[in-house]
Amino acid sequence: MTQKYKSPRLTLPAGERDHFEGPSDAPVVLVEYGDYQCPYCGAAYPIVKKIQKNLGKRLRFVFRNFPITNLHPQAQWAAETAEAAGAQGKFWELHDFLYEHQSSLGDEGFFARYERALKLDLAKLKDEVAQHVHLTRIEEDYMSGIRSGVNGTPTFFINGSRYDGYPEFGPLVSALEEAEKQST
Amino acid sequence: MSSTVRNKPPSILKPGSEAPDFTLKSTPDQTVSLRDFLGRPVVIAFFPADWSPVCTDQMGLYAQVMPQFKKFNAEVLGISVDGIWTHLAFAKDRKLNFPLLSDFEPKGAVSRAYGAYQARVGESARALFVIDERGIIRWSLLSPDGINPGADGILSALEKLRRA
Repeated sequence: MTQKYKSPRLTLPAGERDHFEGPSDAPVVLVEYGDYQCPYCGAAYPIVKKIQKNLGKRLRFVFRNFPITNLHPQAQWAAETAEAAGAQGKFWELHDFLYEHQSSLGDEGFFARYERALKLDLAKLKDEVAQHVHLTRIEEDYMSGIRSGVNGTPTFFINGSRYDGYPEFGPLVSALEEAEKQST
Repeated sequence: MSSTVRNKPPSILKPGSEAPDFTLKSTPDQTVSLRDFLGRPVVIAFFPADWSPVCTDQMGLYAQVMPQFKKFNAEVLGISVDGIWTHLAFAKDRKLNFPLLSDFEPKGAVSRAYGAYQARVGESARALFVIDERGIIRWSLLSPDGINPGADGILSALEKLRRA
């Protein structure tokens, strides 16, 4: 059939497989598909932080990998590194560190700096990145994005529906609060 | 042509139709014909213009998703009315790994044959077609100009073809 365009929904619902911040019974779930080297994701990072602070326990935030490797040579490495840190229970620490140091991603000494900052088992982390231990998970994130209408980064979903507005504080908060109203 | 006809949204070819054959330039001295790909699925993505932000996202996405398309042995072709030199520069800049064909002369003739031409602006519409190994259109989608239709619909159509 020739189909009419409609705004897509998340095909893989947010769940226990995901990295999340915020309570499981939060009325609003914000899922971001992001790339650590994408400047627009870098710009959205402090906005999401501000939204989390603003909404508090009313919000659960989920991050999934969508590395655009044909444009961003550091994106895959960064995603694998964050996942390897996640295996040591420090996903969010490294996620935040990567976005806060986006301009020096992959520089000499980058490892040393976050090792000092985050107290990771660096040998284990480097080994897991070199062996691509977390690649399957990243590919699963990526394909779930492709099948859900993620066409670039960052792409947000609010309670499973793709958010097509501007990735700015005001419009995002309005959309989140609207979703909260509908869910209660 | 009357103004009402010119402003009418395009009406693209529907599934079940035979895909009109064409021969278009892919480089200054090479051409690509649809019939070259008989025996395997073909994805055709008509798009309005090189360099416009949404196209960039859409074509860049297809380059990135190429390993998935290849699982179906599918060929991907991008078509717009841009000239071949701008196509080459655009493809190089976005690291595209599939041919962009130039529907340049006579302008938009192939886009028109698929019902995917916007006479009002003189550009191809943002339309997708999945064509089976016998040259029959099995899925098509017309997206609003400003909206990237993504890859999901194409992958679903290719999965359906494989099951058929």
